[in-house]
Amino acid sequence: MNWSLLIIEFLIKAIIILTLILLIAAAFGVYLERKVSAWIQNRIGPNRVGPFGLLQPFADVIKLFLKEDITPSAADKLFHRIAPVISLGVALSVYAVIPFAEPFEMGNRTVYFALTTPDVNVGILFILALTSVGVYGITFAGWSSNNKYSLLGGLRSSAQMISYELSMGLSLVGVLLVAQSLSLQEIVQKQALWNWNVFYQPLAFLIFLVSAFAETNRAPFDLPEAEPELVGGYNTEYSGMKFGMFFLAEYANMFTSSLIIVLLFFGGWNLPIPAEWIGLEHGSFWLSLLQFFVLIIKTLFFVFFFIWVRWSVPRFRYDQLMYLGWKVLLPLALLNLIITSIVIYFLR
Amino acid sequence: MIESYIPLILMVTLGFLFAFVFLILSEWMGARRVTREKITTYESGMVPFRTARERFSVKFYLIAMSFIVFDIEVVFLYPWAVSFSSLDSVGFWAMIVFVIILFAGYYYELKKGGLQWD
Repeated sequence: MNWSLLIIEFLIKAIIILTLILLIAAAFGVYLERKVSAWIQNRIGPNRVGPFGLLQPFADVIKLFLKEDITPSAADKLFHRIAPVISLGVALSVYAVIPFAEPFEMGNRTVYFALTTPDVNVGILFILALTSVGVYGITFAGWSSNNKYSLLGGLRSSAQMISYELSMGLSLVGVLLVAQSLSLQEIVQKQALWNWNVFYQPLAFLIFLVSAFAETNRAPFDLPEAEPELVGGYNTEYSGMKFGMFFLAEYANMFTSSLIIVLLFFGGWNLPIPAEWIGLEHGSFWLSLLQFFVLIIKTLFFVFFFIWVRWSVPRFRYDQLMYLGWKVLLPLALLNLIITSIVIYFLR
Repeated sequence: MIESYIPLILMVTLGFLFAFVFLILSEWMGARRVTREKITTYESGMVPFRTARERFSVKFYLIAMSFIVFDIEVVFLYPWAVSFSSLDSVGFWAMIVFVIILFAGYYYELKKGGLQWD
């Protein structure tokens, strides 16, 4: 095992992936959100900075960095600083297990379009574990600010996230039963052509979709930041880039959720036609690149869907939210699990 | 085998390092003109009233407790689901019984009003 080669390969991939997340997920995501909301509300949206306002997110980030960073005197200084680091750190770390395309051959070695090789059979488990850690960032932010709005926002958010994590985890068991693996690469490979999991697990997909909205604190489940009653929720007392970090984490999470939905249910990077038809061989670099673009296009559709829903659906009330999570989605997910396992058991 | 997990640890380190750099940059580059009013707790323009570290609804505790019970059960289901094809009928029926018992517990909590949010 050549260690320096391993580290160099890791660093190159990590830099590419981090740039990609920050460019596509954060910068383009924020731009898309503002443009789509403007389009839905019959406005123009950002159009001053750069062509079509495309440079707006970069101007925003520079502005956020130069803003005054206020720490309230009543706040717990240590946890007030740690909270945004946890939120953003978790949002970025998830990409350790997400594959983007089939591996390709370069010389005599196989290069994977992911940070980890497929024999790291923990993909989904790792993502769920990190999602649970992400709750800490929001809880710390709410508690440490020593502000009533922040505390209520943080409490609501953590209760909401742990409630929907259950249905999310349970709906995934159905997918695991079909795919028989925890590794995202293998799950995608089993969905070749049109063998998408969404056709085998439609109920699991719906449960996962709704839970993903709640997990990312997006409308119609954006209770933690319900402006009319809680000002800014858990980030009321944050300013400058610390606020920006929560913002960035939210958009990165939205992109990650869309990516996971595509990987688990919509065939991931699989092309709609066999690769041989367009003259590309398995293991060639160009096929991998094409698959990567297919994956990103599918993902951007779901990012658009997230934004579309936010600007068209009114916010839930908190008791309705809890009702949906505990009394509708949880039993449905359990039912889906039992039916799936029985069908697979008697079919084999 | 074990060395294929190294990128996992490296990425987690890198992710948190990245976030930490953002934090330091924000505190270093931002303007600094602190006044007493600026650093008081925000309370919609009112004079801050007592502290926020007071008692809150016990419902949040109940939700957290129910979460732990169900989450442990979800963790049990994962290895079972992944190795499903290599299990015999005992492995299958054992989990069905387990889920039915869990469902009974869920039904009990539902009827007791443990999931009622008012």
